[in-house]
Amino acid sequence: MPAIVEWVWLVVMLPFGGFLANGWISFFRPNDKRAVSIIGVGVLAGAFLVAVAVVLGAARETVEAAPAVFTYWSWMPVGTLQVDVAFQVDHLSSVMLLVVTGVGALIHVFSVGYMRADPGYARYFAYLNLFVFFMLVLVLGASFPVMFVGWEGVGLCSYLLIGFWFSEKANADAGKKAFIMNRIGDFGFLVAMFMIYRSIGSLSFQNVFEQAPTAFAVGGSAITWITLALFLGCAGKSAQIPLYTWLPDAMAGPTPVSALIHAATMVTAGVYLVARTNVLFAMAPISSAVVAGVGALTALFAATIAVKQWDIKKVLAYSTVSQLGYMFLGVGIGAYTAGMFHLVTHAFFKALLFLGSGSVIHVLHHAYHETHRHDDAQDMRNMGGLVRFMPWTAGVMWIATLAIAGIPGLSGFFSKDEILAATFARGGEAPFFYLLWVIGTIAALLTAFYMTRLMIYTFHGSNRTGEKECDHLHEAPWIMTGPLVVLAAGTVLAGALNLPEILPAHGWLEHWLEPVTELGTRYLPEASLAPGTEWALLGLATAVAAVGIIGAWRLLHPEALVPAREAPPETGLGKLLYRKYYVDEIYDAAVVRPLVWLSEKVLWREIDQGVIDGAGVTGVTRLARWLGHLGTWFQNGYVGRYVLWFVVAVILVVWEIRR
Amino acid sequence: MLLGPALAVSAILFSIGVAGVLLRRNAIIIFMCVELMLNAVNLTFIALAQQLGPEGQVFVFFVMAVAAAEAAVGLAIIIAIYRHRQTLDLQYINLLRG
Repeated sequence: MPAIVEWVWLVVMLPFGGFLANGWISFFRPNDKRAVSIIGVGVLAGAFLVAVAVVLGAARETVEAAPAVFTYWSWMPVGTLQVDVAFQVDHLSSVMLLVVTGVGALIHVFSVGYMRADPGYARYFAYLNLFVFFMLVLVLGASFPVMFVGWEGVGLCSYLLIGFWFSEKANADAGKKAFIMNRIGDFGFLVAMFMIYRSIGSLSFQNVFEQAPTAFAVGGSAITWITLALFLGCAGKSAQIPLYTWLPDAMAGPTPVSALIHAATMVTAGVYLVARTNVLFAMAPISSAVVAGVGALTALFAATIAVKQWDIKKVLAYSTVSQLGYMFLGVGIGAYTAGMFHLVTHAFFKALLFLGSGSVIHVLHHAYHETHRHDDAQDMRNMGGLVRFMPWTAGVMWIATLAIAGIPGLSGFFSKDEILAATFARGGEAPFFYLLWVIGTIAALLTAFYMTRLMIYTFHGSNRTGEKECDHLHEAPWIMTGPLVVLAAGTVLAGALNLPEILPAHGWLEHWLEPVTELGTRYLPEASLAPGTEWALLGLATAVAAVGIIGAWRLLHPEALVPAREAPPETGLGKLLYRKYYVDEIYDAAVVRPLVWLSEKVLWREIDQGVIDGAGVTGVTRLARWLGHLGTWFQNGYVGRYVLWFVVAVILVVWEIRR
Repeated sequence: MLLGPALAVSAILFSIGVAGVLLRRNAIIIFMCVELMLNAVNLTFIALAQQLGPEGQVFVFFVMAVAAAEAAVGLAIIIAIYRHRQTLDLQYINLLRG
């Protein structure tokens, strides 16, 4: 009897089938929205159910055994390089499998309501299904190249969906920016693969992880360069310093896309990659420190920007960058479980926040549409007091806000605290970790502050939408609020996956991931906290969250806000934060414009037009014309001359034969 | 059996023909020089056929047949050209010039 785990291919192929079907519909029957909804949501629901069965089956059948690898066909048999198309179901990939299909299915349901009136409905669902397919290839791939296929595929779908409303140039540009920034990271991923192949001669995860301890010296230069190159890939995909600037711009896409791709799944691929290759990172302490340092810095840096953004989605985007920083801090200090735990809880509460903001934008946009107004439906200065009209949305978003801020009992509290506690625990080795802990704690304070700010400005205070618009404000349809409620339940309960050691029934996820993480944790020093210290840290985290929330409540005055079109420009520090430290401008001046100048003035005018056209293209034509002129001298029309050459040639031939 | 003198005569005749084709301008003279070259070759065939067998003599008949056909066609062309141009000087007949 075939084991149920073998059905994992169905999880992957269902969304792909949905992509093919919806793609066909988008070309031939674009108005058949009912069929698109049934197929688009159905394949995801089916994939989720199969995924649950597969994971349950895997848990029962291969408890302590090696990961179940299913090889389908040989992809690249080139000399000693053997790459198979193979999927790997183990403890780590099964966690991601459930997150991607589960949260993905909810977001698909939400999309049915959100995109209802869009003319590109079928195309949207085709892309979304394709994205889930590639994301599943990414998490299930049993070797670096297969994972890379998914890695590139999700990048492609991200590009397609950011630029979904491509008729506006800003959206198309945002898609391009995301794609190009990701290329820089992908370059790192590729280089890392080449170096791994050179050292080990294989690219499948099993071989690499088995042979890594003998092939590399701990802390050696080879392993350090490999992991740094891998981390460059992670920084691109997961929007870390210095490659984070694409993610806030990616908000140009539809809001469910931001929830699925740019919060819950794709951007966490980098964290997943580090957790997957934990043995490599654990053997390279310098790279791990870089990962943790970059993560902590990104967490703080993005949090400060989020404090002064007015676009509701931009706040959430910088919040995502910041939370991804926490995850990298976690996997960087060797707390791989904590990083993955935060990934899971973040998938719930950030998807919830994005979908909640999507439902606000949807309703506001609808109201503007009815009253023929052309204002920014995403600017929080145009909102305010929406709790009266949208109680459900406001309620679930408050749950998510409290979770991300770190109020005890909710999932975000446990996962964030676990990362910070693990960082603190390693402080005994080097003061560097205490520094990281301080940065992380300050970022946590800012997180509580900016999220409360978002809620106050959006849902509380006086209403700034305008008199006429109020008549059209109402709660979003159930197909949009339903997924929100489910995600809210997940936000509350997901913390139970991995409770801290001082509570009963603790560390379930820790135990579940142990077969994967113990490869790496072997190389790390044992670090644990005394229960007293852990209680103190929990208390401190709670105090930080409370200070952030109450501080925001006391410091901010939503009554003083005016709608965006009447607002005075920012000044001083506020302006610096609002313009995101001018990083985009700096990149523009330091990288983009020199590159454009080089391309236009040197590569185009000099190299292309001068050398290639001059010596190559027109040079060849000039040579041909010159040879032609030479030919016309022979062919002058006088028969006598022809005969002369004929005779000369015959004499030469005869001469040559006689010699 | 007079092979050497026969070949010498044919070589002289052929060279005269070539020189005529190269140097003269009148189409009829050039045409006659071509015939001269053909007959020089015929003489070579005949001379060598005495030693190498009768195939050479057979070839001479072929050459004569082709030369007769050529004379018919060639003279017809020359007449046609003269009617068009009122001249047979090849210096003025250079339509093939590229």
